[in-house]
Amino acid sequence: MSILIYAEHDNTELKPETNKLVHAAGNIGGDITILVAGSNVSDVAVNAAKIDGVSNVIVADNAQYEHQLPENIGDLVLALASDFTHVLAAATTTGKNFMPRVAALLDVAQISDIIKVESSDTFVRPIYAGNAIATVQSADSIKVITVRAAAFDAAGSNGSASIENIDTVKEADKSSFVSAELTESERPELTAADVIISGGRGMQNGENFALLNGIADKLGAAIGASRAAVDAGFVPNDMQVGQTGKIVAPQLYIAVGISGAIQHLAGMKDSKVIVAINKDEEAPIFQVADYGLVGDLFEELPKLEASL
Amino acid sequence: MKILVPVKRAIDYNVKVRVKADQSDVDLTNVKMAINPFCEIAVEEAIRLKEKGVATEIVVVSVGDKAVQEQIRTGLALGADRGIHIETDARLDSLQIAKLLKVIVDEESPDLVILGKQAIDSDNNQTGQMLAALTGMPQGTFASAVEVADAKVNVTREIDGGLQTVALSLPAVVTTDLRLNEPRYASLPNIMKAKRKPIDVKNAADMGVELSSKVSLVKVTPPEQRQGGVKVESVEELVNKLKNEAKVIS
Repeated sequence: MSILIYAEHDNTELKPETNKLVHAAGNIGGDITILVAGSNVSDVAVNAAKIDGVSNVIVADNAQYEHQLPENIGDLVLALASDFTHVLAAATTTGKNFMPRVAALLDVAQISDIIKVESSDTFVRPIYAGNAIATVQSADSIKVITVRAAAFDAAGSNGSASIENIDTVKEADKSSFVSAELTESERPELTAADVIISGGRGMQNGENFALLNGIADKLGAAIGASRAAVDAGFVPNDMQVGQTGKIVAPQLYIAVGISGAIQHLAGMKDSKVIVAINKDEEAPIFQVADYGLVGDLFEELPKLEASL
Repeated sequence: MKILVPVKRAIDYNVKVRVKADQSDVDLTNVKMAINPFCEIAVEEAIRLKEKGVATEIVVVSVGDKAVQEQIRTGLALGADRGIHIETDARLDSLQIAKLLKVIVDEESPDLVILGKQAIDSDNNQTGQMLAALTGMPQGTFASAVEVADAKVNVTREIDGGLQTVALSLPAVVTTDLRLNEPRYASLPNIMKAKRKPIDVKNAADMGVELSSKVSLVKVTPPEQRQGGVKVESVEELVNKLKNEAKVIS
């Protein structure tokens, strides 16, 4: 068997999802190749080549791939796919965007968002927002799979794979990048953080999210939010943890002023330790929290910051 | 311009999901079904484009047994002009659905196809992208804003790092994210009017599409339940437990 992994990156940095994909690929078994497609991605390629268990890194470095548009990235992956038995990408907004195109053009099914590898053709994935877990088996010749990275450990970075540059250029002639508004932050990314502190509707407004900053600084934590907080306009959408936002599984997850709607729990219930701070002692978040503190967050947060 | 809106009949989002005892699937017996919430947002966006004078006709299409006509009627009651029902009792995957929708796209030549980004039952997030690939249309997925101008559509997309805007030439495929709009409720007069709007029924088996999938469902199980822990009395106790019991902070 041979597995092609699409590297998750932003042209400058290889994202930790890629190491987790390699771990998942190791559970399938076979020769592992990573594709790095982007613009000026030589640093990304060097880091991809360091991941343990990887044999080859294929680099498609061209200005056409800068924004990883699904139309041409899909065509590029399609052109390479026939050499492999499995094609894997992270179930991020990049992977979810182009992978179904690859599957459709290969005339195979896609298996979305797997959380476990049972064997080379059998995979486990959540359905109904994580309220049921499906085991599915694929008889397709090439298995196109997106992976929920948070469900897998990360492969180490002590390897030395070969790096091969290819000059295949696919153009996206019907689609073009206009602009991006990316959130700048000094903090770790939600999907990579060991500690996350998230605020919900109980934060009352966007300014109050500053109460989380000092605690996040002390713990080296990322800051997240519930859908209620995002929909209320307190914070931008990229901070959302939940079924329709980011799926996270940190060592420590602190939920502040979050009631614990099912769609939020779906995004964080695999965290190792969950702490809930909420003034409503009946809030469903306490049913999944390892440590629950019933209290007013505006009193408890300053105390927490002071005691760390 | 003409807009095609594929919609899916799915479990109502308020219903608690139960797995069958034999682990063969989720139990949908006597469960309330509804239009998939993301599809409802797609219908709403199409109606808003019609109200702005951008769109002239909205066609709602759904694939499934007779019951999906309820969801087509919902779309018609919200403001779509006519419906297409692709009838089949088979359990189809996203690829088969996308191939059936391609047949409709070839027949109807819509300028825009708006779909929900995913269904809340299978959680696949595939059909729109597959349809775009099969028809050669560009795609704007996870849309939080859609603006049509000069034979182009600008789609603002919710991506992991924030927002991204792409410009697509028409015809194009757009898939909706939650914050694109807030769907309206159908008024009683419109529900009555929708009963007289036409629904064209096609048999999926006659559409030249291979309907079998190579992916089989082995089993469906309930998720592992996480056990709640303890309540702590104070921040001091919490920090102490995190340090010494859970050992997740130092």
